[in-house]
Amino acid sequence: MSMDARIWTVIALLGIGTYLIRLSFLGMIGDRALPLWATRLLRYVPVAVMPGLVAPLVVWPPATDGALDMPRLLAALAALLVGAWKRNALWAIGAGMAVLYAGLFAQSLLG
Amino acid sequence: MSHRNWSAFRLGLREGLPFVLVIIPFGALFGVAATEAGWSLAQSLSMSIFVIAGASQFTALQLLGDHAPLAIVILTSLAVNLRMAMYSASLAPLLGAQPFWKRAIVAYLLVDQTYGLVMANEETGPRMTPAERIAYFLGTAAAICPWWYAASIFGAVAGTAIPAALALDFAVPITFIALFAPALRSLPHIAAAFVSVAAALAFAAVPYNLGLLIAAALAMVTGALVETLLERRRAEAVR
Repeated sequence: MSMDARIWTVIALLGIGTYLIRLSFLGMIGDRALPLWATRLLRYVPVAVMPGLVAPLVVWPPATDGALDMPRLLAALAALLVGAWKRNALWAIGAGMAVLYAGLFAQSLLG
Repeated sequence: MSHRNWSAFRLGLREGLPFVLVIIPFGALFGVAATEAGWSLAQSLSMSIFVIAGASQFTALQLLGDHAPLAIVILTSLAVNLRMAMYSASLAPLLGAQPFWKRAIVAYLLVDQTYGLVMANEETGPRMTPAERIAYFLGTAAAICPWWYAASIFGAVAGTAIPAALALDFAVPITFIALFAPALRSLPHIAAAFVSVAAALAFAAVPYNLGLLIAAALAMVTGALVETLLERRRAEAVR
């Protein structure tokens, strides 16, 4: 199969599959209530998935070919602490990017 | 749309807007990477429209570039998106008995940011009816999703002209952190996040992105267990 055909196949199947994943419970369960144990588990979905998704990107950033990078590590910590403190995503993003750029600038001066 | 639904929509629109700042670099980065990998503009844009899921789009791009078998490319990218089944399940009871076509539209627009915002609104925002929640959700999607498509076009066209010094690669992790950090306000939430990080790093070598799914399952159980233990202790203290 040509590269072009491979790309279009992945776009189509990944699109359909991802939509079906998103529709799964929204489409089937609708107004039916989930049992208590399920809601108790699902309450922790965001804090169970996103930190795990992020952790390898922070510890082994692809941009540095997986080498631990001080500016990126500090930027992640700043976003985490400011986000938890201010309870606000924009503050977290602002703090993270500010620390990242300050760190990269300092690194370029030292390096 | 009723007055209350309209104001919920506008609230969603307003609270979604800050994420445009990170959606644009994230989407542009995908366009740039796809162009560099030899994708056409139509292919980059189609994937952003049909899949709208950055992490899995990058996964698919990477694996296609590595000449992985098609089945592995698709399964691995879908595995990255399995978290959305959990989003779908936790959102379903909040929307209640809404018509199927509305839930079908919500499903299409269910991305990390819109989901994160609607759940955060549930915890800290005004109390809403299911119809208002949908209006709020559509507001966040209207603020965020069009920029995802636009940024993919921009990135594909601008291509390699964006300097690496902007370190846009790290806008992605910072976005995810900004989405979950405000939720770290109780011991069960913190415990779950801690287990998620530790397990995701420990299981990073597990193939096909299954490590993340294992970590998420362990973290969810941890959160629920800590919550149950705290509740039991509180009940004993009262007695």
